[in-house]
Amino acid sequence: MSTDSKDLATTDGGAHGSVDIPHKPRRADTDIKAARRAERQVSALFLISALSTIGFVVAYVAFPSDEIITVPVIGPTNASNFFLGLALGVALFCIGAGAIHWAKKLMPDVEEVGARTPIGATPDETAAAAELFEEGADASGFVSRPIIRRSLLTALVLLPIPAVVLLRDLGPLPGTKLRETIWADGVRVVSDVSYLPIRLSDIPVGGMVSAVPENLPEVEEETGTLNARAKAAVIVVRMLPSEIRSQQNDDWSVDGVIAYSKICTHVGCPIGLYEQQTHHLLCPCHQSTFDLADSGNVVFGPAARQLPQLAIAVDEDGYLVARGDFAEPVGPSFWERG
Amino acid sequence: MATGAAQAEAAPAASAATATQIEEGRQLYLEGCSSCHGLNAEGVSAADKENSNGPGLIGVGAAAVDFQVGTGRMPLAAPGPQAPAGPKYGELPYDQEQINAMAAYVASLGPGPAIPTAEMLDYEDADLAQGGELFRANCSQCHNFAGKGGALTNGKYAPPVVNSEPVHIYEAMLTGPQSMPVFGERTILPEQKQAIIKFIKTTAEEPNPGGLALGRIGPVAEGIVVWIVGLGALAAVAVWIGVKSK
Amino acid sequence: MSIATKAGGGAAKYLDERTSSNKFLKKNLGKIFPDHWSFMLGEIALYSFIVLLLSGSFLALFFKPSMTEVIYNGSYVPLNGIKMSEAYASSLDISFDVRGGLLMRQIHHWAALIFVASIMVHLLRVFFTGAFRKPRELNWLIGVVLLTMALLAGFSGYSLPDDLLSGTGLRIAEGVMLSIPVVGTYLSMFVFGGEFPGIDFIPRLYTVHVLFIPGAILGLVTVHLMLVWYQKHTQYPGPGRTNDNVVGFRLFPIYTAKAGGFFFIVFGVIALLGALATVNPIWLYGPYMPDQITAGSQPDFYIGFLEGSLRMTPPIEWTILGYTISWNVLIPGLILPGLMFTAMGAYPFLEKWITKDDSVHNLLDRPRNAATRTSLGVMALTFYGILFIGGGNDVIATTFSLSINAITRVLQVLIIIGPPVAFLISRRICLGLQRRDREKLLHGRESGIIRRTPEGEFYEVHAPLSAEEKAVLMSRQVIEPLAIPVAADENGVRNPGGRTERLRARLSRFYYGEQIPMPTAAEIAAADEHLAHDSDHTLEPARTTEVAEGEVSEFGQIMQSEALPRDRTPTGS
Repeated sequence: MSTDSKDLATTDGGAHGSVDIPHKPRRADTDIKAARRAERQVSALFLISALSTIGFVVAYVAFPSDEIITVPVIGPTNASNFFLGLALGVALFCIGAGAIHWAKKLMPDVEEVGARTPIGATPDETAAAAELFEEGADASGFVSRPIIRRSLLTALVLLPIPAVVLLRDLGPLPGTKLRETIWADGVRVVSDVSYLPIRLSDIPVGGMVSAVPENLPEVEEETGTLNARAKAAVIVVRMLPSEIRSQQNDDWSVDGVIAYSKICTHVGCPIGLYEQQTHHLLCPCHQSTFDLADSGNVVFGPAARQLPQLAIAVDEDGYLVARGDFAEPVGPSFWERG
Repeated sequence: MATGAAQAEAAPAASAATATQIEEGRQLYLEGCSSCHGLNAEGVSAADKENSNGPGLIGVGAAAVDFQVGTGRMPLAAPGPQAPAGPKYGELPYDQEQINAMAAYVASLGPGPAIPTAEMLDYEDADLAQGGELFRANCSQCHNFAGKGGALTNGKYAPPVVNSEPVHIYEAMLTGPQSMPVFGERTILPEQKQAIIKFIKTTAEEPNPGGLALGRIGPVAEGIVVWIVGLGALAAVAVWIGVKSK
Repeated sequence: MSIATKAGGGAAKYLDERTSSNKFLKKNLGKIFPDHWSFMLGEIALYSFIVLLLSGSFLALFFKPSMTEVIYNGSYVPLNGIKMSEAYASSLDISFDVRGGLLMRQIHHWAALIFVASIMVHLLRVFFTGAFRKPRELNWLIGVVLLTMALLAGFSGYSLPDDLLSGTGLRIAEGVMLSIPVVGTYLSMFVFGGEFPGIDFIPRLYTVHVLFIPGAILGLVTVHLMLVWYQKHTQYPGPGRTNDNVVGFRLFPIYTAKAGGFFFIVFGVIALLGALATVNPIWLYGPYMPDQITAGSQPDFYIGFLEGSLRMTPPIEWTILGYTISWNVLIPGLILPGLMFTAMGAYPFLEKWITKDDSVHNLLDRPRNAATRTSLGVMALTFYGILFIGGGNDVIATTFSLSINAITRVLQVLIIIGPPVAFLISRRICLGLQRRDREKLLHGRESGIIRRTPEGEFYEVHAPLSAEEKAVLMSRQVIEPLAIPVAADENGVRNPGGRTERLRARLSRFYYGEQIPMPTAAEIAAADEHLAHDSDHTLEPARTTEVAEGEVSEFGQIMQSEALPRDRTPTGS
């Protein structure tokens, strides 16, 4: 293709001239050997891509989904993922590299100039449009017939309402849901995962247990959701009774064993980083820190409310039980919380 | 104040400590530990300005000694918020025989958790899946989902556990070292501890099917790779496309 | 004519007789596109979006968007026998039991990360070069909306597998929803179909992620590209480039090859990332349980700034007459991002109002030439960057052995003083660069060659600027700030728009207050003469485009490669 400025239709943006800077020719422009070499390079890239695609199919058939190979630097990895990905990546990359190399080396690299016609209609065109609009508006009577206009607007304004109303059954009303958990008087405190009941003597000083209500598995079976767990999870820790500087109610703990909600009052992440020596409970999400030896008050971080404490006691068989539900809603604050 | 599980059961010792072993342990203790932990392991309070303070060791049990000294946390390298595992370079200052002696001495001071037996550490038949559930319920909040460790407050951190010895993992759960809470034998039963250890060890050896693991610390590493490697490579290609060819 | 050309011509005629397509071809096959690497950043976003559509379609054939509890029984042994949602189980199946499944998952996730990252970089390029000015304000707005959609697409996407890490993110989102006054609890109940986590959310999120958002993005991207096509791309100032032309290469074949090739490169790089680097290893995170969590819980990087703002906001909560307003959640979770995106969207209109600039701009600004705009951008980036770093404060703490509490405190201070300081430093740097450009125009380029006169004086020889460089440096315009209007005329009649006009003038003064004056034409002419007569030996201008065969400069540099035979005339087409 010649590189001088052809008089192609000087339509908007189309090429109609070259820039007024002397053009430095590339090697391939003047040297046929260099051009042929560039051609070979481009073709080689395309061929590598083709071979790589075939390699992909071979890899797909050859490697089952669970075979592990050891690759330098990466270590043991999935053979199928590695080879499929490598083959696909190389195949795609080489087509792109080939096309770009082709453009850079062999396609013309003389900069051409196109015109920018101003954007916008001419004043005549605008006037004509305005006239058409006015004629149409007059013809419709939108302005001159106010009762049509007003009733139409009334109808249109009301029309989006069904779309909103239809969303009502997306979910239930909040009611008292956020204020209640499944904890109740007499419900045993059991270890998470194993659901084994806990005796007072099971927890050593400095110990921590992630615990849930004993009826949680039943409730989860019945409801098929994790909603109860999301509010009822607690953390039970033991410190020396003398180490408890304050708690939300003096008879809510037993012999240094004290239970707090595991759900952070900031935005609801489960807390679990209990520092045995400082009695601080750190939430890993946003670093809200609660002092479990001091009524679960916030000592650092963005949480604004103390952790709700769960009142616990020991039942006649010696196991830890709750004495009722939490005294306040657990988890993040909300408008109606009070 | 005892850092250990003063109320935990003292499990039957693997082998009865002899009087000579206890005496040897006492000598090693006096040399290397008493300046912070007291001549009779009663502890040194922070008010005593002449010496660094350390908690009393009566009742911490042999397991605590084996853990702290065996992982190089003790003798404490420098005062600070964290007692890091050590040593950074070279070998531990004490060999296992000496550690056993010191452990025997401390165990003789008061009942405390004993060094886990080989039977207790045998995790081959443990329930791997349950180990994972237990790990995620009790451990991952501090040590991260793959046991790579995580931050605690004020400069402390929960160290990585992936490369720890099974015995040390067991002992850590048993004795609650430093900031770590105690997971007694009756809230996390021995077979559950074995399951957790099996999970940690399996995870450590697990291949990374997707390629480079990027540290197994989550999206932060992925973000770094995307900006530096991904966009970097693509910007470089864009520059290549735009640059005039020779 | 070859068979291919005949067939091609036949097809073109067939289509043309029904759609006038040949008119379109005539007009556009030769359309000129300016060629600068920074114009390809938006292309990265477009191409990675296509990769997302392709890989996402594959994943959609295997993923089960359901929170029904199942017991896993697949190839990944450490989770065998565990209860989990179908969504998580199907994601595990894709990763371990479908050949190429893990690759597609990783390609999809890497592509999402690159999509958002490239939109950000593209946005920065457009901002710093002033490409959002008339007639492209609408495109800027569309772009801001596209960025928002991209963030939502990413967040909804990585939350679909219902793993421990992303589920934690959903819990945080629900907590933010709850903090909204009056309607927060209702919104949360409606979105989740009840309490958290419920069983409705993943299927709903799936519809949002697979239908609503991609549809919106596709539509908006189409309008975005149509506007670029119609208005023609902007270009950097340079030789031959004016506000009324486009200098570059034709659409066909050059731009097609380069842009088309770049698509394959982007796809290829993403695929290689999918092969070589793990992303989102959901099997290690475990299934989502609302009472479990991992240390180092972070969202994907593009949500990191929100995570940081949540971590850094002080614990401010008001309880008034039994109602709670959680500012500690509302501000970082909703108010701050709302303000940031509004400011972003409004900026072109703000700048227009301040500068009263209603002219069409097709030539880009060099960032240094728009010192205040650039500095405002640097200030915004600093603000964003501090929030972003705050989102990873626990990883920083463990990596560098610092206290997370100390990091948080430092960042809380930095977020206040950092941006203004960054603004001031950036403005000074821009003005310094303007000064240096002026020096270059008046005194030429420093050549690094020191010459000694017979009298013993040492001086540095300056070389004249090349034509390209001169054209670029000359493109800067010094703009006068608006005059401050009088409050009242000589008869005491108050200026009706007085207050706003005075504010506008003052802002204009802030905007254009400090600029380095451009040398006048006379000064430049004098400078050129001076350089030409500087000494007996004039240096050749750098980056010369005029090449004479076999010319050797005075310093022994061969001006043309020896390898190229000098007497060969170009042959071939």
